[in-house]
Amino acid sequence: MVSTLASLLSPRRAAGPAHTKRWAPPRRAIAVCALLSIVVSAVCVVALGTGDIALSPTEVVSALLGGGERTDRIVVLEWRLPRVLAAVAFGAALAVGGAVFQSLTRNPLAGPDILGLSAGSHTGALIVIIVLAGGYAEVAAGALLGGLLTAALVYMFSLRAGLQGFRLIVVGVSLAATLSAINTWMLLRAELDVAMTAAAWGAGSLGTVAWRQVVPAVVAIAVLLAALRLLIPLLRHLELGDDAARALGLPVERAKLALVAVGVALIAVVTAAAGPIAFVALAAPHIARLLLRGPALQMTATALTGSLMLTIADHVAQHALPTPLPAGIATVVIGGGYLVWLLLHETRRTRS
Amino acid sequence: MVAALDDGDGPVRLRRGAALVLSSLALCLLVVLSVCVGARGIAPGVVWDALRGVGSGEEYGMVRDLRIPRTVAGVLVGVGLGVAGALIQSLTRNPLADPGLLGVNAGAALAVTIAVGAFGLTGPDAYVWFALAGAGLVATAVYLIGSAGRSGTDPVRLVLAGVALAAVLGGAVSAITLLNPDAFDQMRAWNAGTLTGHDGAVLVAAAPFLVVGGVIAVLVGPSLNALALGADTASGLGAPVKVTRTLSVTAITLLAGAATAIAGPIVFVGLMVPHLARRPAGGDQRWVLALSGVLGPSLLLVADIVGRLLMRPAEIPVGIVTAVIGGPMLMMLARRRRTAAW
Repeated sequence: MVSTLASLLSPRRAAGPAHTKRWAPPRRAIAVCALLSIVVSAVCVVALGTGDIALSPTEVVSALLGGGERTDRIVVLEWRLPRVLAAVAFGAALAVGGAVFQSLTRNPLAGPDILGLSAGSHTGALIVIIVLAGGYAEVAAGALLGGLLTAALVYMFSLRAGLQGFRLIVVGVSLAATLSAINTWMLLRAELDVAMTAAAWGAGSLGTVAWRQVVPAVVAIAVLLAALRLLIPLLRHLELGDDAARALGLPVERAKLALVAVGVALIAVVTAAAGPIAFVALAAPHIARLLLRGPALQMTATALTGSLMLTIADHVAQHALPTPLPAGIATVVIGGGYLVWLLLHETRRTRS
Repeated sequence: MVAALDDGDGPVRLRRGAALVLSSLALCLLVVLSVCVGARGIAPGVVWDALRGVGSGEEYGMVRDLRIPRTVAGVLVGVGLGVAGALIQSLTRNPLADPGLLGVNAGAALAVTIAVGAFGLTGPDAYVWFALAGAGLVATAVYLIGSAGRSGTDPVRLVLAGVALAAVLGGAVSAITLLNPDAFDQMRAWNAGTLTGHDGAVLVAAAPFLVVGGVIAVLVGPSLNALALGADTASGLGAPVKVTRTLSVTAITLLAGAATAIAGPIVFVGLMVPHLARRPAGGDQRWVLALSGVLGPSLLLVADIVGRLLMRPAEIPVGIVTAVIGGPMLMMLARRRRTAAW
C-alpha cells in the first residue's frame, strides 16, 4: 500500500522545479478559511450552550477548558460535545468527499446523493441493522461495503462513456431510485419501533451519536483526510483531463481508484454513524468555490464550509420546532432547494 | 399538418390497431389473474360466482372485499400514471420525463401527509383534494423549470431538477411523519406505493378526477402532435399552443394527483409505459396516449401480481416492484440515447 502511494505520488516529485520555491496561498484564501473557522467555532459554542439547561458562552468555554461547575462540565462535555463534534467532523467529511467526486467526474452535479452512493451505503447499513442486528462497527462496515459496491456498479454501467457527462448522472439516479425502494421495503418489513429508529437514522440524525461512535468515526475521518491530502496533487492533475494526466506520466486508473475509495470511505463513515445526510456533499464545494474565487486552499475551505453547514443544520433541526428533527431533513430541504436554484440559474445562463 | 399523421399507411395503421387490441386482451387477462392469484389462489369459477353474487363463505368475501378493490385500484392508478407519463413526456419533449421522477407524485404525497399528519384528516376526500393540490403545484413548477431553457435540449437537467425537488418534498414528508408516530405508522405503507390498505371510498372519490383527466388527454392529443414540432412551428400551424399546454398540465395534475391519492407515490410507471407504447404507435401522440392508457394498468397489475407472489405469503408493495424494474429501464433508455443529445 505504501509503495502504491509512493508510486502514485511520483509525478508530483518529478515536476520538481515548480515546487522548489515555497508557494504561499493568496491572502483571500487565508482570510476566508480563518473567517470560516471563527464562524464554525462560534456556532459550536452557541450549540453547546443551547438546550434545556441554557449556558452562556463564557460558561461553555470555561467548561471546555476544564473549569466551571461540575454540572456544566457534564452537560457540555458528556451530553452536547459528542454531537457538536460529530457535526463538525461529519460535515467536513461529506463536503470533502463530495468535492472529490465533483472534480473526479469534472461534473459539478455529481454528488454522492445523485450518484446513488448514499443510498447504497444506506442499503448496506440497513441490512446490518435489520437483518443482522449489528453494532456500530458492523454497521460501518456494511455502509462502506454498500457504498463501494454501488460505486463499482455506477462505474461499470457508465464505463463506455467514461466518467464524464450526464450518463453517469442518469445511471446514478436510476441506481439511487432502485436502492431506495429496497431500503423502503426493508423498513416496511421491520417492526414499528425498529422501523421508526431506522427511519430517523435514515433521514440523517446526529441525535443518537455518543462518544463511543464519535471517537472511532473522527479518527477514521482524520486518517482519510490525511490520506486525501497526499492524493490531492493527483486530483489536480486529473482535472486537466485523462489524456493530459496520462501524458504527465500519471497512472490514471489507479489514481482514480484510490480517490474513489477515499471518497466513498468518507461518505460511508458518516453514513454509518448518522445515516445518509443529504446534499451537504453537493452544496458545500460550490459554496466554498464561490467564497474563494480561486484554486488555493480549496479542500480546506470546502471542509470548513461542510462543517458550518452541518452544525447550523443540526442546530436548527434540533431547536427550531418543539420536537427535534434529524439534521438530514434540514440539509435535504436547504441543499435540494439549492440544487434546484443551481439548475435554474445555469439554464438561464446558457440561454442568454 | 395533422393530416399527414392522421392516416399512416396501411401497415402502420394495422400495427397500431393490432397493438391496441393485443394489449387490451392482455389487460383483461391480467385483471382476471389479479383477482385469482395471491397468498391464496382462488379458482376462476369461484370468482365468477362472487361477481354474480351467488357465492358465499370466506373466499367470496375475499374476492369482493380485497381482490376486486385492489384490482380496480390497479387499473385506475395504471391508467392515471401511464397517460400522465405520456402527456408529460410530450409536453416537456423529454423522453426521460415521468410524473414520479419529476416529483409530481412526491408533491401529492407531501400534501396528503400534511393533511394526515398536521390536520388529522384521513377521509377519502381529504386525500384526493390535498393530493390534487400538491400535484398541481409541482406539475406547474416542473413545467416552468422545463421550459426555462432552450426547448428540449437537456433532458437530464430537468430530471435532475425533478430529483432534487422530489428529495426536498420527501424530506418534508419524513419530517412530518417523524414528528407524528401515528401518521408514521399510517403512512409508511402508503408512502411506499401500494394498492391495498384502504377501502373503496378513496377509489370512488378519485375516479371522477381520473375520468376528467383522461378526457382532457384525449382532447389535447391532436394539438400535442403539432406541439411535438416545437412551439413556434405549432403556433405557425395554427395549433393553440398556450391552451394545449395549460390543458396538459391540468390533465397531468388530475391524473397523477388522483393516482397518488389512491396508491401513494409510484415512480417509473409513467416513464416506462410511453416508451413501450411508442414502439408500435410511432410519433402520433393520440395513439401513444391510447396505448399508454392500456399498457399502464397492465404494467401496474403485473408489478402487483409479482409483488404478491415473490415472497408469498408476505407481499412487496407495488411501488417498490416498479422502482426496482424501472431503475434499470431508465439506465437502458439513457444508454440508447447516448448519441442523441448528450
